[in-house]
Amino acid sequence: MSNAPVDQGRRRFLTIATSVVGGVGAVGAAVPFIASWNPSEKAKQAGAAVSADISKLEPGQLIRVEWRGKPVWIVKRPQAMLDALANHEDKLRDPESAVAQQPAYAQNRYRSKKPEIFVAVGICTHLGCSPTYLPSDFSAQVEGVTSGFFCPCHGSKFDMAGRVFQSVPAPSNLMVPPYMYIDDNTILIGEDEGAA
Amino acid sequence: MFKNLMSWIEYRLPFMDKMNLHVMQYPAPKNFNFWYFFGSLAILVLVNQILTGIWLTMNYVPSAEGAFASIEYIMRDVEYGWLLRYMHSTGASAFFVVVYLHMLRGMMYGSYQKPRELLWIFGMLIFLVLMAEAFMGYLLPWGQMSFWGAQVIIGIFGTIPFIGEDLTLWIRGDYVISGATLNRFFALHVIALPLVLVILVFLHIMALHEVGSNNPDGIEIKRDNDGSVEQTDADTKFTFHQYFTRGGKKVIVDAIPFHPYYTVKDLVGVAGFLLVFAWVIFFFPEGGGFFLEPPNFEAANPLKTPEHIAPVWYFTPFYAILRAIPHPFMGAVAMFAAILALALLPWLDRGKVRSVRYRSGLHKVNLVNFCISFVALGILGVLPATPTYTLLSQLFSFTYFGFFVLLFFYSKNEATKPLPVRVT
Repeated sequence: MSNAPVDQGRRRFLTIATSVVGGVGAVGAAVPFIASWNPSEKAKQAGAAVSADISKLEPGQLIRVEWRGKPVWIVKRPQAMLDALANHEDKLRDPESAVAQQPAYAQNRYRSKKPEIFVAVGICTHLGCSPTYLPSDFSAQVEGVTSGFFCPCHGSKFDMAGRVFQSVPAPSNLMVPPYMYIDDNTILIGEDEGAA
Repeated sequence: MFKNLMSWIEYRLPFMDKMNLHVMQYPAPKNFNFWYFFGSLAILVLVNQILTGIWLTMNYVPSAEGAFASIEYIMRDVEYGWLLRYMHSTGASAFFVVVYLHMLRGMMYGSYQKPRELLWIFGMLIFLVLMAEAFMGYLLPWGQMSFWGAQVIIGIFGTIPFIGEDLTLWIRGDYVISGATLNRFFALHVIALPLVLVILVFLHIMALHEVGSNNPDGIEIKRDNDGSVEQTDADTKFTFHQYFTRGGKKVIVDAIPFHPYYTVKDLVGVAGFLLVFAWVIFFFPEGGGFFLEPPNFEAANPLKTPEHIAPVWYFTPFYAILRAIPHPFMGAVAMFAAILALALLPWLDRGKVRSVRYRSGLHKVNLVNFCISFVALGILGVLPATPTYTLLSQLFSFTYFGFFVLLFFYSKNEATKPLPVRVT
């Protein structure tokens, strides 16, 4: 044991230096623990784009395709349904689809690439339930609107372009996923690079 | 021989001394009423959950493919598996019953006030961990309500601006609630959170024993030894650990040793509790659809949302607040604020008198208002969100938060009654 007086400055420097190096080490050691919670390669693989055949889709019919475990709706809207979309825009929260809930090519009244084919993620934008498709009974929910989507969880309402009505819990329109037409009868959901 | 062994151990680890300190010579106020059962009952339920939980893991399969079937296997094929599972599922609800009553007791008698703030904070942390534990445990049966309830609650994190989407992806470990989510919830439910819970309970009790138990009169039983306190024969009858008298600086009045007086009294509470608990387990195990919800008897299906999603009853008061606010993120903020407000009670209540017995009529009314608001929100949280119910939820959310706001203002200069000198 040396009896030399304590060099306080040196001691403080060493304490801080040890703390900093140890802290960096702790942060580094935390990385694998936190990162292991991210989706695994297998999960990412399962989340890849899926294609859907729409050749047999009847007017007014809705089919569900599973993409990333979420129900994606594909609806073939007859002309009457498309015409009706213009009639209730004063009751909508975001009729122009100003909120980025869709790729740029779906920011129109129909919220789709081709007006008659509607593609959307069938998950309510409130808390993630899946709304019910009401092709002809929707007027019980919104007077004067024949068809739409009604969420059974908390009563959110959407029109046939997935646009949300006013005074419901859901804050925004239904999400439109990225998609592209491989040919007239096949849609690829989840990818749109190089699309026309 | 035995005595030698005991003193050999005592020298190396003062076990008997600690037992005296915390049990046999721990001074507890003599006037505890039935409201003081719920602390020891909470420990009983914790033990029940840990024991039955360990036994359930012996047959449970934590995977998206095997979970639901393994629950049916436990219910039908494992000997007494149904009993172990019902003890665990009913125990979860019982845990919240006793904890809510335990918290109400603290609110009535001002047990959160100085110097018991840290004790209260530990209690609130236990409540938070308990909610996380219950939520994660509810996913494990992998039924429809497990899945969709988790969807809604994880969705709450998704409402956080900017980071919400990535945060939910990180919590789930997948683009949807999947086996990855189930497995991590299982790990947290059976290992991580119980460990934290047990540590917090230990700290809660240590913090309690440092400041001493409050009582229905809200007056101190440890007084300064300045000659002003007269001890009766009843006060000097018992030996308390010298730690509590601080080497003669404190005098203890109106106290009895925790053991045997309250250990025996708590046994009565335990008997009463087990009577009701066993009745539920054997005759009413689903709790009328409130302990185990009907959609949960159907396996999880990501493509089919149940008609009506309601969380288990113990979450509904906070869930009603979440739904009352039209903006999702603000709703989530309000929900967490409802819990935070409780945690901040020691500072929101600026009163000097603890017990409701000696506080103003306004405080009594306000406390009743809190209870009514909490129960009403709990009922509304179960019901579907119709415009009328939403309006009522908004009203009762307002009165819920109103309790804290009012308390903050009137407690500063409250017209209280004179406190008794000794406990009654």
